[in-house]
Amino acid sequence: MATTTGSKPTKNMNLKLLVWRQMGAKDKGKMVEYKANDISPDMSFLEMLDVVNEQMIHKGDEPIAFEHDCREGICGSCGLMINGVAHGPDAGTTVCQLHMRSFKDGDEIVIEPWRARAFPVIRDLVVDRSAFDRIIAAGGYISENTGNAPDGNAIPIGKDVANDAMDSAACIGCGACVAQCKNASAVLFTSAKIAHLGLLPQGEPERIDRVLRMVSQMDAEMFGSCSNEGECEAVCPKEIKITNISMMNREYERAILSNKK
Amino acid sequence: MSIEITRETPAENGANGNSHVEHPTIVGLKVVTGDLDAKVPDGPVAEKWEKHKFEMKLVNPSNKRKFNLIIVGTGLAGASAAATLAELGYNVQAFTYHDSPRRAHSIAAQGGINAAKNYQNDGDSVYRLFYDTVKGGDYRSRESNTYRLAQVSVDIIDQCVAQGVPFAREYGGYLDNRSFGGAQVSRTFYARGQTGQQLLLGAYQSMMRQVQRGSVKLFTRREMLDLVMVDGAARGISVRNLVTGEIETYAADAVLLCTGGYSNVYFLSTNAKYCNVTAAWRAHKKGAYFANPCFTQIHPTCIPVSGDYQSKLTLMSESLRNDGRVWVPKAVGDKRHPDEIPEGERDYFLERRYPAFGNLVPRDVASRAAKLACDEGRGVGETGLAVYLDFADAIERLGVETVKARYGNLFHMYHHITAEDPYKVPMRIFPAVHYTMGGLWVDYNLMTSIPGLFALGEANFSDHGANRLGASALMQGLADGYFVIPYTIGNYLAGNALPKASTDRAEFKQAALDSQEKINTLLAVKGEKTALEFHRELGLIMWNHVGMARNRAGLIEAIGMLSDLKAEFWRNVKVVGEANNLNQNLEHASRVADFIELAELMALDALNREESCGAHFREEYETPEGEAMRDDEEFSYVAAWEYQNGAMPVLHKEELVFEEIHISQRSYK
Repeated sequence: MATTTGSKPTKNMNLKLLVWRQMGAKDKGKMVEYKANDISPDMSFLEMLDVVNEQMIHKGDEPIAFEHDCREGICGSCGLMINGVAHGPDAGTTVCQLHMRSFKDGDEIVIEPWRARAFPVIRDLVVDRSAFDRIIAAGGYISENTGNAPDGNAIPIGKDVANDAMDSAACIGCGACVAQCKNASAVLFTSAKIAHLGLLPQGEPERIDRVLRMVSQMDAEMFGSCSNEGECEAVCPKEIKITNISMMNREYERAILSNKK
Repeated sequence: MSIEITRETPAENGANGNSHVEHPTIVGLKVVTGDLDAKVPDGPVAEKWEKHKFEMKLVNPSNKRKFNLIIVGTGLAGASAAATLAELGYNVQAFTYHDSPRRAHSIAAQGGINAAKNYQNDGDSVYRLFYDTVKGGDYRSRESNTYRLAQVSVDIIDQCVAQGVPFAREYGGYLDNRSFGGAQVSRTFYARGQTGQQLLLGAYQSMMRQVQRGSVKLFTRREMLDLVMVDGAARGISVRNLVTGEIETYAADAVLLCTGGYSNVYFLSTNAKYCNVTAAWRAHKKGAYFANPCFTQIHPTCIPVSGDYQSKLTLMSESLRNDGRVWVPKAVGDKRHPDEIPEGERDYFLERRYPAFGNLVPRDVASRAAKLACDEGRGVGETGLAVYLDFADAIERLGVETVKARYGNLFHMYHHITAEDPYKVPMRIFPAVHYTMGGLWVDYNLMTSIPGLFALGEANFSDHGANRLGASALMQGLADGYFVIPYTIGNYLAGNALPKASTDRAEFKQAALDSQEKINTLLAVKGEKTALEFHRELGLIMWNHVGMARNRAGLIEAIGMLSDLKAEFWRNVKVVGEANNLNQNLEHASRVADFIELAELMALDALNREESCGAHFREEYETPEGEAMRDDEEFSYVAAWEYQNGAMPVLHKEELVFEEIHISQRSYK
């Protein structure tokens, strides 16, 4: 749950920002200092950046590029390292749902993009996360063509199983798990999809192929290995559990042992 | 555009076999009736779709791979269409401005998806879902489309379950349902408060499977800027590569726009920040009629505005109204803490005004009632622009744990944004713009007025009339993509001899030049005001004059203000950076320019529609009880607008014929 408490700071604050600026993929990039003054504690973190960007546009400077869209914590577009922590100080929260009441007047805030070999920087705080799409394309689905489906109630699925599958399926693909991991490993992301589909009876027929193909794609994308530190779980805005990783490992062992190909 | 109003009687002059009538109120408005063919099949409404499916031409399986289809947008409609058409064997090129198709705004839908499964044995049926949807839309939708939507709703649930969508289940393992506004049965399927996310991921995964197989070619970070026409048919698009800034063109045999709605014309809305009208608007400028643009839905349960830095509004699912009770103090100006207001001094205004539906009246009715309470000075919170949504009774009746299981993530989100705990203090909510029923005009086959250009999902206008019921947007997006377009596109492709179109043709080169020139023009203005400032100003004009309540004087004033705003935009906008790089400021400015033009059309449409229906509430037309007063004699039509190069657009009327449902004054009392 959020660390937000009932007490509401009401005074506006002045902050110092240190932001990673990089013109393009080939540019070297550097940290640049900005002032964010008169910031309301009720603003979201991204609204604070909006204010800073507007001031820059008025001065004729190029605003800080960052990804965002729904601003409700569900699309997975936003993602910043804030003082070294993916999505910032509040647990179970995306940057867009992080509010400035989590900071105090005079704070210095360091803002960086996701740092991972598999997520190259495109500009400033925007990175390329298409590797995640390729992991899903490798096997993160149930092979069912439209029109094949039996009645929705034909296969009863226990409430607990459905709940567990939903817990895993809640992943928003933001990449915080990779960004926080010292190995830049994508196992939490990959395992969440393997668990979601593997837990359900519909996913049973492709269990073996799915885990083999997704893990192999994950490796091909140059994500690192898991060394069980659990930093991914700690920063996941959807609180996806590392038990998904154990399940993926079991699925993988099972697949290796039973693979007849 | 400047608008002059007169009350003269209409003068008729027939031409081209159509009757051209001078409109009684708007000077210079040309009206055409009888030219729009919706291609609705004959026969009883329940048999139309089956009959049509048999009568449509088919494309032989081995010929399907010879056809190329462009799909713009990868939300529910786009992703489901891309996956299904690729499964059938077509070559699909899918475009999104996001970094991944999984980010489309469908993902944010919370509450659920309707389907006439009648699993609850509570009297639901295809006919009842159809009836509720037509009534909910205040009799301004096309009957045949709405019936088909209700019919295929049952297949959608089966399809999604088969894909592994983790819908909520009962203890016995069967699918669970909840209730939504505008219905007296439980027909809404859900996956916690993340139904849109799970349905989108299902469609996205099916599409990525086809990407892996090479049947879908995926183009991310591309924004459509123009539609390319060859010999009067849609044959391609031009896009801006958002990373390199390059203008690229693509050719195909048909183009599907699945580009969502235009709520962001109000600046503050529950839509994601990138949602925009550009693709649909530029198609409109190439000849696609825009239908009922003034039908915009205001959702009753959103978190109120907190400051002038606000960048968007956050919706709280309508499902909350299953257990939450909406109230304001009875007395004007009562500023006491909600805990200190005794039961007898509270006005549960929805339960009082609409005893049969209570807190579950449709969205337009609930929103207007909340606005009324605030207009009377009984609004709560610092701004007075909010009403309470109270769970105290539900917590007492069900216990905290049950309430948490049902709405935990929504309470969590509310708590996070407002720093108030809704388990202890009633939520404060206020209506916000959420969905647009209007969109590109389409016929029964989902084809726009441009041959070969189709519009699916929220981008079209067809199924919801003047007001959409909750949990029906997901239903429509998936119905169009999974179960309608796969049939109707075949009929178009098989029925038309389409010569090969390649991007070498002059039309493509011209589209690329035009798109580039527009970008260069934006960068060359070098004015003083940012795109965001223009967008906020536009939003205020729209919210104040073309928002929850509209009137003639306000609309005329808005049209003048919008005309000035447009002129100022092109004189004074300040866009920084370059054309050949990732430039979010430029992307935004380009979208705002199109929103301003759309806004003029919305105001004109609202001015023309001299009745109140669904979400379109004209203050001049209300019943003595303050409800919307329709005028079925004059306005039982779809208003489809044809672009006229910036001059007064031409109004094409599609008369709405209700063969099945007897239309009456909508009542939820």
